[in-house]
Amino acid sequence: MDKNISFTLKIWRQRGPKVPGAFKEYPMKDIPGDTSFLEMMDILNEELINKGEEPVVFDHDCREGICGMCSLYINGYPHGPATAATTCQLYMRRFKDGDVITVEPWRSAAFPIIRDLMVDRGAFDKIIQAGGFISVNTGAPQDANGILISKKVADRAMDAASCIGCGACVAACKNGSAMLFVSSKIAQLNILPQGKVEAGRRVKAMIAKMDELGFGNCTNTRACEAECPKSETIDNIAFLNRDFIVAKLKD
Amino acid sequence: MANIDSKIPEGLLAEKWSNYKAHQKLVNPANKRRLDIIVVGTGLAGASAAASLGELGFNVLNFCIQDSPRRAHSIAAQGGINAAKNYQNDGDSIYRLYYDTIKGGDYRSREANVYRLAEVSNNIIDQCVAQGVPFARDYGGTLDNRSFGGAQVSRTFYAKGQTGQQLLLGAYSALSRQIGKGTVKLYARHEMLNLVIVEGRARGIITRNLVNGKIERYSAHAVVIATGGYGNAYFLSTNAMASNGSVAIQCYKKGAYFANPCYAQIHPTCIPVHGDKQSKLTLMSESLRNDGRIWVPKRIEDAKALQEGKLNPNDIPDDQRDFYLERRYPAFGNLVPRDVASRAAKERCDKGYGVNNTGLAVFLDFKYAIDRLGEDVVRARYGNLFDMYEEITDVNPYNNPMMIFPAIHYTMGGIWVDYELQTSISGLFAIGECNFSDHGANRLGASALMQGLADGYFVLPYTIQNYLSDQIQVPRFSVDMPEFVAAEKEVTDKIEKLMSIKGEHSVDSIHKELGRVMWECVGMGRTKESLEKAVLEIDKVKKEFYSSVRIPGNADDLNVELDKAIRLADFIEVGRLMAIDALNRNESCGGHFREEYQTPEGEALRDDKDYMYVACWKYTGEDSEPELIKEPLKYEFTEVKTRNYKV
Repeated sequence: MDKNISFTLKIWRQRGPKVPGAFKEYPMKDIPGDTSFLEMMDILNEELINKGEEPVVFDHDCREGICGMCSLYINGYPHGPATAATTCQLYMRRFKDGDVITVEPWRSAAFPIIRDLMVDRGAFDKIIQAGGFISVNTGAPQDANGILISKKVADRAMDAASCIGCGACVAACKNGSAMLFVSSKIAQLNILPQGKVEAGRRVKAMIAKMDELGFGNCTNTRACEAECPKSETIDNIAFLNRDFIVAKLKD
Repeated sequence: MANIDSKIPEGLLAEKWSNYKAHQKLVNPANKRRLDIIVVGTGLAGASAAASLGELGFNVLNFCIQDSPRRAHSIAAQGGINAAKNYQNDGDSIYRLYYDTIKGGDYRSREANVYRLAEVSNNIIDQCVAQGVPFARDYGGTLDNRSFGGAQVSRTFYAKGQTGQQLLLGAYSALSRQIGKGTVKLYARHEMLNLVIVEGRARGIITRNLVNGKIERYSAHAVVIATGGYGNAYFLSTNAMASNGSVAIQCYKKGAYFANPCYAQIHPTCIPVHGDKQSKLTLMSESLRNDGRIWVPKRIEDAKALQEGKLNPNDIPDDQRDFYLERRYPAFGNLVPRDVASRAAKERCDKGYGVNNTGLAVFLDFKYAIDRLGEDVVRARYGNLFDMYEEITDVNPYNNPMMIFPAIHYTMGGIWVDYELQTSISGLFAIGECNFSDHGANRLGASALMQGLADGYFVLPYTIQNYLSDQIQVPRFSVDMPEFVAAEKEVTDKIEKLMSIKGEHSVDSIHKELGRVMWECVGMGRTKESLEKAVLEIDKVKKEFYSSVRIPGNADDLNVELDKAIRLADFIEVGRLMAIDALNRNESCGGHFREEYQTPEGEALRDDKDYMYVACWKYTGEDSEPELIKEPLKYEFTEVKTRNYKV
């Protein structure tokens, strides 16, 4: 059985994008170890509401690690101390009695704060809109088994496609680069025969959009892959760079 | 009593959809540009519909409550998607997929709809592969399949344990392409709060911008709702936190019939409830039942010892384990449909054989699969699910059996639609889980993804044109029309009412109370008494809500508690409707199990003579009970039998 723990939360509170924010401390008592981090935040908010205060605003939805909505920067790590897990998959048993737990939003020029711990990640959608797709209309494509794809290639594409678009890579990067996110989509689509037709166009369009939206450059610090909840690797970035150079050379 | 016209086309079952398409009216390309369509929701159904309609040239306005279309809860579907490809040469066919779905739904769905679903299932797989969905493949490069409950063939396509994610990202990429092209305009973090009807037709919606609290009006020639199910009425479910039934209730209150609200699916393999602070229940994919064996101890003493934590499950020898699904249903074993598996687990736990400290859990054991296949194969098949289980429970499922228990997962009931997916309000369409159409009283595994994408890619883009073809002369509507002003006022009045209560209870605390009533009285086993009690208790919850809810902050601002309060107000309505419908249906079928109506072996006992109909509920006002309208179900092409998974 998990033990109950008591600790102090130090949470970033900020009314809006242009208003200065500050940390506020909240003592938490007797939280069971099998409570998830977000359930612990629910307990805090319940207490705040009962006191007549406004709850801490944070993004969350599926609470099973797949929607990519939750986005807390805990004790200096996007999604907290657990590896290969989202914030909602983090359980309080990982913390100790008496800890001070610092909770911040994703911090990046391209992800403006909306309120408290909630940020605007619309820039990711814009990058996908620029080219993160295969140009095929709904209709009657060939039979699905008409395109043979080796298991190795299909598995590689699946690994890259596991990205949940949470933005932890951007939050972890000192340059605020979106390269792991962009390259994961590129690696998925450009490795598949269906996606090769427009591979060059795709990589150029997505990188141009990424630059335009204010994301930084990649300097290979690998902070992104260390923090990615879906274990995307910088092999994707190497893949992207190769496709980008090939596309540019063809111009 | 109002007449119900489900608009089923003439002809033989296999010819109906072709006949329909051959004779329906279409809209020419030049006119499509002049027609606006609102699509609410960006899950599998909403995103695929918005993308396909945009590709066709319509002007689409697409709304979602999350920060991005990619977050919709379709993303969490794990196991797979069915299609009648028969790639495995194991005897599958469109007819067999149709038959399994009709039978799985306990003969409470429409023949023509289900046949069409099976028919277009193959197109979905082709479409998704063309989009770059990385389905699992065999070494030769062809697609791989697995089996799911309720079927004796392997027809389920999958992408690891993340099939919903990959299908949704496929639809999202198609949608994003259209947004980039300008045919679809996206409104993220916008919640629909009312439907606008002009001269009897759906012509627009009222939304709340969830970032700044602004109430906004949007007009269109047709409105499509794709807003998912209402399972969160139970508070604890496998749904996402923001999943809600509010749009369905808004449309119901404007005259759309709500069909079969009592059909809720309880998924047999979820991680059991722990503590009272839990916010949601996590599903473990049904695909686990391919290789996991479900059991409880044979001896009650062993169960007691497990409950007290004095016995390790691995110390119970095989001959002292009761593999109750294999025992009761030899032909389907651990792969019986969800309703059957859930009830069987409840039956064992009710008798005292539950295996955790609350007595509300059974084992799902992979020891046998690991012995047979090796740990590496099991890891390759289910690795991510095992990791998830260990993260949540702190138990390693490679060494110890998983503990599972049923939980609310999906709602088969929903807004009534005809064959064209049009509701009883002209110009209002409902697709995906939010309609009632294809799953009858129970949905088979891997069929939700199939239905969402069938509706969005291959059905609605045709059928909506039959409606829009005579709308081409209708100019765009001004949102200053009195109907829009009135609909907005309903919304602002409602919000003002909620904000002015200033009570002492949080939204969640009242929601938990509703959830408790729903689970206890309208849950897996229902009785006349429990349902009558539910109606009274829900009325009490409603009273408590409207007199004591506390919403901090302001209405004209970002306000998460207000968002939740509006949704809870509608969950209360939907919960009551579920109880009333369940009370009316004096039979057991699929996910609806009335304890009074069961066979001596404990199986569901249908009453085809009196209840072979779709129960459509019509709203009659705030203070009066809804009116029941029956759509009879006619089985012309299929022999109706008692469902049997034993032989």
